[in-house]
Amino acid sequence: MVQITIDGKKIDVPEGITILEAARRNGIYIPTLCFHPRLTYFGGCRLCIVEVKGFLRPVTACTTTVNKDMEVNTSTAELEELRKLILELILSDHPHDCMLCEKAGACTLQELAYTYGVDGFQFAGERRRYSKRDGNPFIERDLEKCILCGRCVKVCREIQGVEAIDFGYRGFKAKICTNFEEDLDCEFCGQCVQVCPTGALTGKLWARKGRQMSLREVETVCPYCGTGCNITVHVNRNEIAKVTAREDSWNEGWLCVKGRFGYRFANSPERLTVPLIRKVPRGEGAPEKVEDLFREATWEEALDLVASRLLEIKEAHGPDSIAGLSSARCTNEENYLFQKFIRAVVGTNNVDHCARL
Amino acid sequence: MENNVVIRVCMGPAGIAAGGRDVLERFREALASAGLDASVKEHCSSHQVGCLGLCARDVLVEVHTDGQKHTYQYVKPDMVERIVTEHIAGGKPVSEWLVDDSFDAFYEKQVKVVLSHCGVLDPEDIDDYIASGGYEAIGRILKKCLPEMVIDEIKASGLRGRGGAGFPTGLKWELAREAAGDRKYMICNADEGDPGAFMDRAVIEGNPHAVIEGMMIGAFSIGASKGYVYIRAEYPLAVERLKLAIAQARKKGLLGKAILGTKFSFDIEIKLGAGAFVCGEETALIASIEGERGMPRSKPPFPVNRGLWQCPTVINNVETLANIPYIMRKGASWFASYGTEKSRGTKVFALTGKIRNTGLIEVPMGITLREILYDIGGGTESGKEIKAVQTGGPSGGCIPASMFDLHVDYESLAKVGSIVGSGGMIVLDEDDCMVNMARYFIQFTQAESCGKCVPCRVGTKRVLEILDRITQGRGRPDDIAKLERLCKGIKSTSLCGLGQTAPNPVLSTLKYFREEYEAHIIDKKCPARVCKALLTYWILEETCTGCGACRRACPAEAISGEKKKPHRIDPEKCIRCGMCYEVCKFSSVERE
Amino acid sequence: MKKKLDQILKKYHKRNENIIFLLQEVQESFGYIPREAIDYFARKLQIAPSKFYGVATFYAQFRLTPMGKNNITVCCGTACHVRGAERIISGLRRELGLDGENDTTEDGEFTLEEVACLGTCSFAPVVLVNGDVRGRANADRLVKEIRKMKKK
Ligand SMILES: Cc1cc2nc3c(=O)[nH]c(=O)nc-3n(C[C@H](O)[C@H](O)[C@H](O)COP(=O)(O)O)c2cc1C
Ligand code: SF4
Ligand code: SF4
Ligand code: FES
Repeated sequence: MVQITIDGKKIDVPEGITILEAARRNGIYIPTLCFHPRLTYFGGCRLCIVEVKGFLRPVTACTTTVNKDMEVNTSTAELEELRKLILELILSDHPHDCMLCEKAGACTLQELAYTYGVDGFQFAGERRRYSKRDGNPFIERDLEKCILCGRCVKVCREIQGVEAIDFGYRGFKAKICTNFEEDLDCEFCGQCVQVCPTGALTGKLWARKGRQMSLREVETVCPYCGTGCNITVHVNRNEIAKVTAREDSWNEGWLCVKGRFGYRFANSPERLTVPLIRKVPRGEGAPEKVEDLFREATWEEALDLVASRLLEIKEAHGPDSIAGLSSARCTNEENYLFQKFIRAVVGTNNVDHCARL
Repeated sequence: MENNVVIRVCMGPAGIAAGGRDVLERFREALASAGLDASVKEHCSSHQVGCLGLCARDVLVEVHTDGQKHTYQYVKPDMVERIVTEHIAGGKPVSEWLVDDSFDAFYEKQVKVVLSHCGVLDPEDIDDYIASGGYEAIGRILKKCLPEMVIDEIKASGLRGRGGAGFPTGLKWELAREAAGDRKYMICNADEGDPGAFMDRAVIEGNPHAVIEGMMIGAFSIGASKGYVYIRAEYPLAVERLKLAIAQARKKGLLGKAILGTKFSFDIEIKLGAGAFVCGEETALIASIEGERGMPRSKPPFPVNRGLWQCPTVINNVETLANIPYIMRKGASWFASYGTEKSRGTKVFALTGKIRNTGLIEVPMGITLREILYDIGGGTESGKEIKAVQTGGPSGGCIPASMFDLHVDYESLAKVGSIVGSGGMIVLDEDDCMVNMARYFIQFTQAESCGKCVPCRVGTKRVLEILDRITQGRGRPDDIAKLERLCKGIKSTSLCGLGQTAPNPVLSTLKYFREEYEAHIIDKKCPARVCKALLTYWILEETCTGCGACRRACPAEAISGEKKKPHRIDPEKCIRCGMCYEVCKFSSVERE
Repeated sequence: MKKKLDQILKKYHKRNENIIFLLQEVQESFGYIPREAIDYFARKLQIAPSKFYGVATFYAQFRLTPMGKNNITVCCGTACHVRGAERIISGLRRELGLDGENDTTEDGEFTLEEVACLGTCSFAPVVLVNGDVRGRANADRLVKEIRKMKKK
């Protein structure tokens, strides 16, 4: 532990952490844009500048580690003026279309612009223009809104290990690029979408489905596999608008393509909402229309049918003629009950699970 | 008399550009055909020397005969024959081609340390360097010294980095020596990206072994066994000579394992830059050697603690390193006897622009600008007043004539808003527009910004846009205030040295030449008549002969007139390119 | 092409080199960096192609499209700037009909490049025509030279 002073407050913090971490742990706010707690630091947005006694110019809190007896000021008139200038510069190269942006209401950049009272017209000048739209099916890449914080590049490399994107070009022309700037063709985990602090990266499926203030958030578990990622389902008028994950969940906010973008079955008109019972017995050929093959039933009727058929089979051929295969999508409790049912009720050890490879 | 004839042809970059190679070849031919070959072969050597200094008078040729030296200037291949027959064979120098007195004045105020052997030694022959005392220092150090002793000596010499920031070299080495880690690296920064600077190139081309020896001494002091020279690919001759020098040093057992029978092992690898100015910045340079995009990272941690592949690394400039062998040979106090208290030794500058004697000069620190510009530089060629001098390239500033008594050292230049920098010195006269100058440098840094951090990436772009509109006559009253706010912000919030210094040319011209900005913005006039959009062109009827040169040259077909009758420029069609002004042989095109 | 790329790869392994080296060698051999080279190296070395692209677009030395047959390089160093490099460039661009960011004429005959200081400031402005130095250059003379080259 070392003692440092932040804004006149003496605090003890562990050695080796950054000024930003020290401040956050002690409830002191420092604005940031490029910093992300789970990624290596970058130090590009320069918003987190603080004054440290003994240094000629401001240093970035996100990259500077604390030293014994360090004296830090996080907010002086000069620092705030510099932050304001930085935001003005970022916004001078940013489309002014928050009214249409998917990210509005959940956008770090918008929030900072609001806090600092900056509109970005002070230094109006050339803006980057990109006419080509990325044709991939999942991720909208509106790079005119990109602030080049590098989070997406780092998450793709450091967390996902895919490296589909990297910085390209330099200076004012710098741009996040795929190889030869082709359409994104990757795992589509959407990790980059999750970490982007602006509206540059959004889900294509989310478009016009509702922005943050009109969404109801429901915490649940991803239904796809046994990993059981915690997800937040954003619901608008009883329809899923998007899925995200919280950084403070055990999966740290990371998801895969299925969890993040594979939710449309929930509101699909083709989704089964009632049990169906077969009208035509097996082996007699399937009729043209689904309605002629199945009829709708109640759960009671359907479960009764299953129970009576199992019983028939067991009586005719013995319990070992039956086997149970369970799913990785079920919870532990469901899987426990299932094997109990097969062993104790049916009376066989023929039970397995698709993830037991 | 042929026995002691030595001919030196300047083969520095400028010498070669002026046709040095042809001259050299012609000398060889002429000497051979004059039948001077038998004894010539042995004694008459035409060294391919590095830069002799006064590039403006290239090709320079020195003829040494029996202890006498004659220097010819502006030598063309067709002049060689006469020099050979009259001077070398006949013993009578061709007096009208010899240099005049002002040539000597050029050398009087200079003190050559780094350049002392450039142009004297054959850079392609290690024995020449050894014969002049080269590799003596490292030999002695390896046998008799502890690394700490070397570091103390360098500290005592007061040597500071010549690459820009002026960090004390001894201290840098000490920090790297003390840093934890068993693998350490010694890097020579030969990226020399400053436009208008070419001293590092001259040093490598003229005396590559001094740089190698300097690196060896540094490596021994910090405990490195591997070194890199990061050099611009745009310097093919320097690369070639360095490669050759390294190969020769390896052959002599000066590089490699167990050097000179001691435990010290060290080898050098050359890395070619790929065209990015920002890679001169230490952390970007490291990224580039690692094969990455040259984007700087925040310091601390400094390279001396975590550099190349996370190991302690010292990065020194070419000139810094070339000083080292001389300091170790002649002693710290000898070196420290030159210069001022805080800036010891000498510094090489590249004098360019509106000055008579362009080229490389080496002067003791603390010399005044006036001495450099008038005694060494010889004033302007045109006789016009020098208005200002720009030092430090795109990271430096413009210093006005009223301050020419300023002493050239790190602190004094910093105080007036410029820097010593790598040593570019551009002389400007009344025909140079300071706003345009500032615009030029910002355009350079803006194009070279790596794009990592906001103030530099977007800020320099906005500064350039504002300067663009000012020089195009669209300046707005609040533009000066905007420039000041932007520049100060970029300076204090940028991540690396590039952004932190990029505003200097603008801030210094705003400080000393504010009235030129105001003239552009308010009166829509360019006092130096440089900014095209603010000029009008017309033809003087009295002197126009109607030759039609301007009419043919005008790309906008704005000029009309019958043959042999005065021509006229249509101001509506004129695009202000200035072609007519350039081609008119009768100075009949006027502009304002 | 594959044979050449394999040769480069061999050198890369032997010298323990990096991506920049690979790209420099490719450019040296082909005059530009063909897409296939990046894809090939990426596959062979298991390095993400996006990384190659990032490096190739960062450094000014690298070109992703072929060069023109004739190469004109104008030095834009400070001394050349002071002595009128800009006028030369605008003159040449006009003569070659280059607009926007194009540096190569449509017929692939000429490439006009601007470089930072060539280090021969005392001959400013300096222009290289297919590698040959033209010291104290002026737009007029160069335009004439280009017209002659066009005729050939
Ligand atoms: C944008 C930028 C470009 C630089 N270019 C060079 C260069 O071309 N050559 C050089 O020696 N130092 C250059 N430097 C300075 C180096 O970062 C570094 O300070 C220097 O090489 C250290 O060597 P020294 O202590 O011997 O001066 C540059 C710095 C910056 C910020
Ligand atoms: S796309 Fe988003 S995450 Fe990626 S660099 Fe741009 S702003 Fe940052
Ligand atoms: S100051 Fe400029 S060059 Fe340096 S890191 Fe920032 S953007 Fe890159
Ligand atoms: S958060 Fe520190 S620089 Fe962006």
